[in-house]
Amino acid sequence: MDAIDLARWQFGIITVYHFLFVPITIGMSALVAGLHTAWYRTGKQQYRRMTQFWGKLFLINFAIGVVTGIVQEFQFGMNWSSYSKFVGDIFGAPLAIEGLLAFFLESTFLGLWIFGWDRLPKKVHLASIWLVAIGTQLSAYFILAANSWMQWPRGYTYNSATGRAELHDFGAVLTNKVVLATYPHTIAASLLTAGAFMLGIAMWHLLRRPGENGSLFRPAVKLGAITTLVAAAALMITGDIQAKIMTDTQPMKMAAAEALYDTSAPAPFSILTIGSLDGSKEVWSLKVPHGLSFLATSTWNGKVEGINNLQTAYEQRFGPGSYKPNVPLTYWTFRFMILAGVLTAAIALLALWQLRRQRKSTKWLIRAALAVPLLPLLGNSLGWIFTEMGRQPWIVFGLMQTRDGVSPSVGAGSVLTSLIVLTLLYGVLAVVEVFLLLRFAREVPAETTEPSDPEAAEPAFLY
Amino acid sequence: MALTDIWFLLIAVLWTGYLVLEGFDFGVGMLLPVVGRDAVDRKVTLRTIGPVWDGNEVWLLVAGGATFAAFPFWYATLFSGFYLALLIILVALILRGIALEYRGKLDDATWHRRWDLVIVGSSAVPALLWGVALANIVRGVPMGADHEYAGNFFTLLNPYALLGGVTTLLLFALHGAIFLALKTHGEVHDRALKLVPPIGLATVVAAAGFLGWTQAFDGSALTWTLALAAALCLVGALAASRFGREGWAFLGTAATIALAAATLFTTLYPNVLPSTTDAAFSLTTVNAASTHYTLTIMTWVAVIFTPVVLAYQGYTYWVFRKRLGRTDIYQPAEKVTS
Repeated sequence: MDAIDLARWQFGIITVYHFLFVPITIGMSALVAGLHTAWYRTGKQQYRRMTQFWGKLFLINFAIGVVTGIVQEFQFGMNWSSYSKFVGDIFGAPLAIEGLLAFFLESTFLGLWIFGWDRLPKKVHLASIWLVAIGTQLSAYFILAANSWMQWPRGYTYNSATGRAELHDFGAVLTNKVVLATYPHTIAASLLTAGAFMLGIAMWHLLRRPGENGSLFRPAVKLGAITTLVAAAALMITGDIQAKIMTDTQPMKMAAAEALYDTSAPAPFSILTIGSLDGSKEVWSLKVPHGLSFLATSTWNGKVEGINNLQTAYEQRFGPGSYKPNVPLTYWTFRFMILAGVLTAAIALLALWQLRRQRKSTKWLIRAALAVPLLPLLGNSLGWIFTEMGRQPWIVFGLMQTRDGVSPSVGAGSVLTSLIVLTLLYGVLAVVEVFLLLRFAREVPAETTEPSDPEAAEPAFLY
Repeated sequence: MALTDIWFLLIAVLWTGYLVLEGFDFGVGMLLPVVGRDAVDRKVTLRTIGPVWDGNEVWLLVAGGATFAAFPFWYATLFSGFYLALLIILVALILRGIALEYRGKLDDATWHRRWDLVIVGSSAVPALLWGVALANIVRGVPMGADHEYAGNFFTLLNPYALLGGVTTLLLFALHGAIFLALKTHGEVHDRALKLVPPIGLATVVAAAGFLGWTQAFDGSALTWTLALAAALCLVGALAASRFGREGWAFLGTAATIALAAATLFTTLYPNVLPSTTDAAFSLTTVNAASTHYTLTIMTWVAVIFTPVVLAYQGYTYWVFRKRLGRTDIYQPAEKVTS
């Protein structure tokens, strides 16, 4: 492997890894803020304990999100310096603004929330966790605006004198229709992730010891399941909008998602294909007639362009070369992403039904409880792999190819070193994180009362 | 003043903020086993930075992001050029963040001991390497007309840069000791205070050598003045500490770090990364910069939001202003040792 392949693997590994934790942070900060609000408004100990229990799990997750985020900020310059030079005038601004507006807010107020427990005025303490939640939203928006520019560059001009893309309309970058659809989709995915996280853990407690700690975990099952279902509905709606925008902005990605080789009107939606995906032969497939036309264009017989036709068109526009992404990868990641979301929602529905009917616990329900927090993590990863791999060979669609973006001064040995070091380190972190999460997820929080002497109280989160 | 100059200044300010703030975090981390002789004292020590360290580290992320936005060529050449050094720093910062956050999650002596080791190492390594990196930026690196770094990892380990690293390492240790003396009472306070004179003396020697040597690169009346002011503040901090004026001592080391950073950035200007191959190949505030339009937008964002950030970070320090001691640490009744 040469430097370009290693740099791509490194970007993939550390970014997918980082994004295992990010959606939990985005979603859980909102849910914990909600529980804290319930505690603040009712004064009930039940909600205080819930805030504490879920807050602890949130913090364990947050720490890894923060430290792996540092690498994200540095790696563009380290591995992708040609890319950084080419897009810096546009891409750097949202990143810097993300730091100034979001990272400061999150880190400062999280410190206040953790250490201000029982010490800060109640209103300020509550405001702290909400500001953390708002910070995660701001962070998501700016980084997605930067990514959306790579998918569909807006508001720039190419300056041939400096050889780079230059910003002339920042508003167009922030209101790119790709980010307007991607942001709600990502937030919905984050809420699905957090809802499923809460649902799985709470369900496990209820099923393992029926009748115990009901006041703590029954509302959590309900909150988790409802969040999951609402988020799943939002994911479908925003995903549908995204598909239509993608058909317009990146038709090749849409065609690759469906392994649609030849322009068709109407185009069927392929559910499963067995056989070769290079378009030469299809052994067996299951298709919904008109499905893709409807998904991509909102009309029954709409024309959807195929990979081969787009390849010809792109060769005329951009010159000779292959403009096809890895079709089997885009095809299957797209499908399994959707499947992960659907399964999560199905388990949430089952859990609500179970809660209502007070049915006896069964082995497979416990298994479902264990699986449900993991499914959205899989879906999130596949979604991003699809989005990024579907854009290939471009790093910035239509402007710069990925192979032209790497750092000329960094050799394959250096990239390999950092790839190995970071992957091993991340592996160790994952083990420690899962160990802590499991430990605290199992532990039922003790009954606590408001301390009479706050100075002598045990901190809610040991330090 | 051109926008490119304003952004050079702003990035210098962001780096200065980072070094002043995370400087004492690094110091506290390095001194952890020296000032914290038992479990409770170590908790006291870490609690002093607990609520603030993460916010302090964001200064680095914003400095990095601002460099990317305002001077993309600086960001690209520097970060790809200093590749392995940055990798080591990143690994240390990752380990450090996790250690600080996870250490207290379990009440287990072995667990604590292991994370303590990580905290010490991962505080010392970046404290040393940031000095090496900054010194190399001022000194310049081999770089051709393509503005690509032409050296390797060992090019960065030259005597001037290593002295820079030793200087930041000692200065941050001193800054941390003085911070601990200000923020604690009891044994941690006394031990931290005792560390000030020996570390202080070594710092004076290293810093005088380093800032003096810096004058060789692009010394002017201004850089001499800044370096002398830094030295005065350092001596002032040691004197204040000697007379029990801990607040003044802390201001003194903070000012020392800020003035030392000012010396370096003033020496660097108008370059952002000089070329030792040929001065004509240097990256400057002009040829590394973003467009006027981007810099204008970034300036507005910075003007509006920086005061807000300063206000709420200041508020955090105000909330947690109290000195900490053993009684602030929760100890189950049977374990109380005092």
